[in-house]
Amino acid sequence: MAFTIKLNGQDRSVDVEGDMPLLWVLRDVLGMTGTKYGCGAALCGACTVHIDGVAVRSCQTPVSDAEGRAVTTIEGLSRDGTHPVQVAWRELNVAQCGYCQVGQIMSAAALLADNPKPSDDDIDAAMSGNICRCGTYPRIRAAIHRVAAGGRR
Amino acid sequence: MTYHRPIRPAIRNVSRRAFLAGVSAGSFVLSVGLPALAQEKKYAGAGMPNGLREDVKLFVAIAEDGTVTVVCHRSEMGQGVRTSLPMVVADELDADWARVKVAQAPGDEARYGNQDTDGSRSMRHHFMTFRRMGATARAMLIQAAATSWGVPAGEVEAVNHELVHQASSRRIGYGAIAKAAAALSVPASVKLKEPAQFRYIGKEGLPSIDGMDITTGRAGFGIDTRLDGMVYAVIARPPVYGGKVKSFDAAEAMKVKGVLKIVSIDSTPPPSEFGPLGGIAVVASNTWAAIKGREALKITWDDGPNGAYSSDSYKAAMEASVRKPGKVVRNQGDVDAAMAGAARRIEAEYFVPHLAQAPMEPPAAIVRAGDNDCEAWACTQAPQATKTRLAKFLGVPLEKVTVHVTMLGGGFGRKSKPDFIVEAGLLSKAMNGAPVKVTWTREDDLQNGYLHTVSMERLEAGLDASGKLVAWRHRSAFPSIASIFASNMKLPAAFELGMGLVNLPFDIPNIRAETPEAEAHTRIGWFRSVANIQHAFAIQSFVTEIAQALGKDPKDYLLKLIGPARKINPASIGDAWNHGEDPALYPIDTGRLRGVIEAVAKGANWGRTLPKGRGLGIAAHYSFVSYIAVVADVEADDKGTIRIPRIDIAIDCGPQINPERIRAQMEGGVIMGVSNAMLSEITFKDGRVVQSNFDGFEVARMDSAPREVHVHLVPATDYTMPLGGVGEPGVPPVGPALANAIAAATGKRIRQLPMRRQLAG
Repeated sequence: MAFTIKLNGQDRSVDVEGDMPLLWVLRDVLGMTGTKYGCGAALCGACTVHIDGVAVRSCQTPVSDAEGRAVTTIEGLSRDGTHPVQVAWRELNVAQCGYCQVGQIMSAAALLADNPKPSDDDIDAAMSGNICRCGTYPRIRAAIHRVAAGGRR
Repeated sequence: MTYHRPIRPAIRNVSRRAFLAGVSAGSFVLSVGLPALAQEKKYAGAGMPNGLREDVKLFVAIAEDGTVTVVCHRSEMGQGVRTSLPMVVADELDADWARVKVAQAPGDEARYGNQDTDGSRSMRHHFMTFRRMGATARAMLIQAAATSWGVPAGEVEAVNHELVHQASSRRIGYGAIAKAAAALSVPASVKLKEPAQFRYIGKEGLPSIDGMDITTGRAGFGIDTRLDGMVYAVIARPPVYGGKVKSFDAAEAMKVKGVLKIVSIDSTPPPSEFGPLGGIAVVASNTWAAIKGREALKITWDDGPNGAYSSDSYKAAMEASVRKPGKVVRNQGDVDAAMAGAARRIEAEYFVPHLAQAPMEPPAAIVRAGDNDCEAWACTQAPQATKTRLAKFLGVPLEKVTVHVTMLGGGFGRKSKPDFIVEAGLLSKAMNGAPVKVTWTREDDLQNGYLHTVSMERLEAGLDASGKLVAWRHRSAFPSIASIFASNMKLPAAFELGMGLVNLPFDIPNIRAETPEAEAHTRIGWFRSVANIQHAFAIQSFVTEIAQALGKDPKDYLLKLIGPARKINPASIGDAWNHGEDPALYPIDTGRLRGVIEAVAKGANWGRTLPKGRGLGIAAHYSFVSYIAVVADVEADDKGTIRIPRIDIAIDCGPQINPERIRAQMEGGVIMGVSNAMLSEITFKDGRVVQSNFDGFEVARMDSAPREVHVHLVPATDYTMPLGGVGEPGVPPVGPALANAIAAATGKRIRQLPMRRQLAG
């Protein structure tokens, strides 16, 4: 079946089964590997993308649910890595292995769009769906606060 | 082959992963050198399989535009080696960091020397070789500029990517003179910088070399590789180790749209080393179709002898075994007599369950297998083992195997085993050479992995009438990693003993360590910090328990047991392994261990008055030739729910190359330690892993991690001191510090991990 999604601002059509998760449409069909597989069960957040501005787990989102909607992936968060969250992530050297960081960045960007001055408890609530096995949580927290404070200090 | 009741001469030079290089299944004995054949012992990088290579023309390139490219022959998995190795070269080369790039070496130990990225030793082994290569490149650039200007080389300086002749005000960029420099012969010796001249080494503020790629999703992990004509596979593997397929029906699986082929893979019988577990593979046009196809398979398994493995009964058996004597692996003084004469005895038993490394990128690999060659793209910590196993299992010559090392989305020891890459190779062969990507789902990763062992530790202390600790007995029972390499391995290998069991640096007159037998019923593998996890948990919990029984301050008591500052030859206390390092260069320095305890106590304000329900715990541990101490600060509410407001960690790793990454590794080590201590466990029932994903196998998340982690770096006095590791040693002291803090906060002593189970209700 054909589905059309507005992916990073452009209409993209794919001919796949309707139950195929958006994650695999992005990675295997469209070749956009920025969005990561981590658990396949919405337990780790590595596959986080935005649909109509809301952070969702693409591994549990059938492509049929994304039909006609605006999907933003890391490839479309900014053109050149200059989204304030990406900048703060680099300034604080947040990443270790980096694998989960795309999902972390997408969750953090959605949090900050919704709540520009999140408290520590807000950060816990919004970010606890994203696992980082390297243990970068303290720096993720610091980077979110940095963005909230207007960037580099 | 089987290898029953081996005669055991002293195990020589069993560097932690020495098995990896060219050792075929069952030949664990290779590491047991017969005295008559023993060669002069080599240490550190030189002692690794295929040793060290130092060739500036191989590792450093300077392009005409001035771009400096440094080859990184270690795998990047978050420890920052792709930044830190180039930093070392750039410093001695006086290069502008903005013009330094890194190139990842393919797996080729004949060319690059040992590439096993493990044991927290990349910088320890390669700091000096990379310094010398940077300095050599600088000397060649200077010589080339001097020759072209007709001036003595001694008058030419290298200054931030330029050669400068002050007297004649001439200058030329590195790129412009690079070709002439490359034509020169390599000088036999070069002068290194004085540490005071370092501009990058030991300094803060350098951005990670992969930061932009990671934050934009462009970083290429193993699972991200895409090739023309590539197909996708997942595999239904035997749920029990040693099991195999009895029968299967793939009719429904073949009906799934996108499924291309069903392939049966032979199971490697235990000890399966790095061989594939076998099973039924579903090859499809995308990963999702392969997963759906696998769900539709009907398979009857022959479980084999491990089908009865159950964590509950195994734990009970281990408890029984540590209550009886085991093989004596360290014996100092007369523990039996001292125990018999003790005025007071204290004993305790500690349990650590199996753990899964669970890197966020699960094992995944792409292989294209030709008729007489093959090419792999893989997230591997062990490129050479990958090459040798692909050659063996695919029947192609070693020199026809190419292994491209991708970024690793976490490793933690799991990706030291190339079984998943061999699977992709076998499937590519079955698909007539089409490139095949094998993806392990998270369920596969947790249920078919190489787990951290399961362990029971029994500790007994004998105190004389004055309260002095005079006898210490430690029994440690756990299935050994050696069990994946040889049959009937029921005792720990030397490297496991040297991870905190025999090399206990305490000033106690009578010490005995024993290892009762423990049989493996699943694949046991390296997990970040390995056997240090259980040894540190038991020993450092026990120290605080004794202190509390005596009414003493745990920090003061720990220092008292360590005793005065002194340097201990590891071999003198039963550790012939010593991380593969020369004991003359790497004695255990109790002064440095004391130093990190004092540093962390100061940083955490140890001894301060705390409100009710709040507690501090302390622990220290020496591993990977670094010294670490941790103070955990926990808070229990009325219901017994534990929060961790803060953890402090101090490290003395000798000279620091990239302090920012050392700090990151300590932060990460703390959080992995929190996962291990509080949350994670893998258990078995009927031979099968019970947990299947991150709901059952819990790890620390933002809300369960410590709110604050404070890292205290103990500065090195000079750069002639040997380096310590940083990737792994942060983990071991975290668990006991937390158990000690919880005991202080709640009065409840927890001796079994994960602690959440004991805290509930």
